[in-house]
Amino acid sequence: MDGDSLYDSLIVRRAREPRHAGELADATVQAAGSNPLCGDRIALGVRVDGDRIAAARHVTKGCAICAASADLMAGSIEGRTLSEALDMAGRFHHMLGNGSSVELDDLPESMAAFLPLKTHRSRLRCATLPWTALEEALGHD
Amino acid sequence: MIGDTTLDTKNVADLSHLRAQFPILSETVHGKPLVFLDSAASAQKPDAVIDAMSTMMRTQYANIHRGLHWMSERATEAYEIARSRVATLLGANAREEIVFTRNSTEAINLVAYSYGSLLKPGQAVLISEMEHHSNIVPWQLLRDRVGVELRVAPVTDDGDLDIEAFGDLLSDGKVALVAITHMSNVLGTVTPARRLADMAHAAGAKILFDGSQAVVHRRVDVRALDADFYVFTGHKLYGPSGIGALWARRELLEEMPPFMGGGDMISTVTFEHSTWAPPPAKFEAGTPAIVEAVGLGAAIDWVEGVGLDAISAHEAALTAHALRVLPEVPGLRIVGRPADRGGVVSFTMEDVHPHDIATLLDRNGIAVRAGHHCAEPLMRRLGLNATARASFGVYTTEAEITVLVETLGRIRSFFV
Repeated sequence: MDGDSLYDSLIVRRAREPRHAGELADATVQAAGSNPLCGDRIALGVRVDGDRIAAARHVTKGCAICAASADLMAGSIEGRTLSEALDMAGRFHHMLGNGSSVELDDLPESMAAFLPLKTHRSRLRCATLPWTALEEALGHD
Repeated sequence: MIGDTTLDTKNVADLSHLRAQFPILSETVHGKPLVFLDSAASAQKPDAVIDAMSTMMRTQYANIHRGLHWMSERATEAYEIARSRVATLLGANAREEIVFTRNSTEAINLVAYSYGSLLKPGQAVLISEMEHHSNIVPWQLLRDRVGVELRVAPVTDDGDLDIEAFGDLLSDGKVALVAITHMSNVLGTVTPARRLADMAHAAGAKILFDGSQAVVHRRVDVRALDADFYVFTGHKLYGPSGIGALWARRELLEEMPPFMGGGDMISTVTFEHSTWAPPPAKFEAGTPAIVEAVGLGAAIDWVEGVGLDAISAHEAALTAHALRVLPEVPGLRIVGRPADRGGVVSFTMEDVHPHDIATLLDRNGIAVRAGHHCAEPLMRRLGLNATARASFGVYTTEAEITVLVETLGRIRSFFV
């Protein structure tokens, strides 16, 4: 199947069987993100304990790229400090930025699944939507 | 005119002769032959259109309606011939009933602003649940500006207009204007236009048809439809972008105030007072899209050369074929089963989001549209966030639909 380099098995698997989906009853911060262009929507709940993210859950209605990105993000920010999580968001945007030659840049290995988006620019926002929602949840723009 | 371009819908050689006139169709995408199934968003352009525009810019270009020189006279003539082509295409009484606009959206905004300014609080505008945003938002702006009520006629589960409810919404006589699609860009539904016009008129309302999709797929006769306003855009009719048209009954255009002020739309100007040129000039302020109008004229010539009835039959056969073979893809569901439809088919696939479908099709050279198709209220009514949509044009082949179906099957197995 041509195009399967983007639809890495990790992306397809996480979209189908997310590990961090659902509502977080004791969330301390919440944010919603949507892409008016395609109608993808994400609701993000984060429980902050001190300066650390104790738990993160998402409810995503969208494509496989968006759903997998939300799920992998939620998994990768748990246990991180707020500034570490925001730093990861910045690096994720930078990794996929226009003309960026940056590859993983210390992001978790799983994020490499999104690198083919560099040649699928029209789908970029599907992957970055959860990270933008996270930045909003943590009060950073 | 291209008299040799007649279309035998079952004749593959005929279709390849026709396809050869569209240079873009020989392009490859991601190393695959382009399978262009997104004509409802914008159609590809034949040589006749490309050449007409290029020739105009190379040999016949100047501003129109104001030069006293030879070039300006030739350009004016070409521009006005294009207007006549549009009038003939729509079966208008006179070319003065055709106002050039940028597209359908601008034509609807023109009516909403200008005719809308004649409406009063207490009156209503009636639209339907399956409108494109371009036939919703201008009426919301009018509602907020003038204080008219905005009513919405529902669609049935099959994707047809609910005629009974439509009649009920007209029954109190408050509706001054019905603005409704002639063919849905999402479901392909062709609305029973003449019947709707009769119902609107019996209730004392005028009726506007958004013909952006319909005009491409079948012959439209505004007099036979008994329409009051009809709008369409050039780029879906194999013409260039940046040019569209509003047809309206002459007496309506005369009654309506200008939409925009500027050059070309005036009779006299003083600092105290200006008077307006007669229609259509009254609605064409500023230098218009001259080259694009000529391109649209060439597109209409080309379409008429092929024959709208032949195009209509070709697309009906393709659509029937697509509706037969698409459901063979596991998990695929066609959205809407309207009684009368054009060459637009929306679908969803279990376990695969429409955007993933579109991206994977694209990697295989197949262009479809995915999303809400600028019809969010309709999507909400259907309980969907998005669909994938394949739409057919004069150049679409049965073989391309076969490629679509095979690729969709592979996409599905990839996700399950």
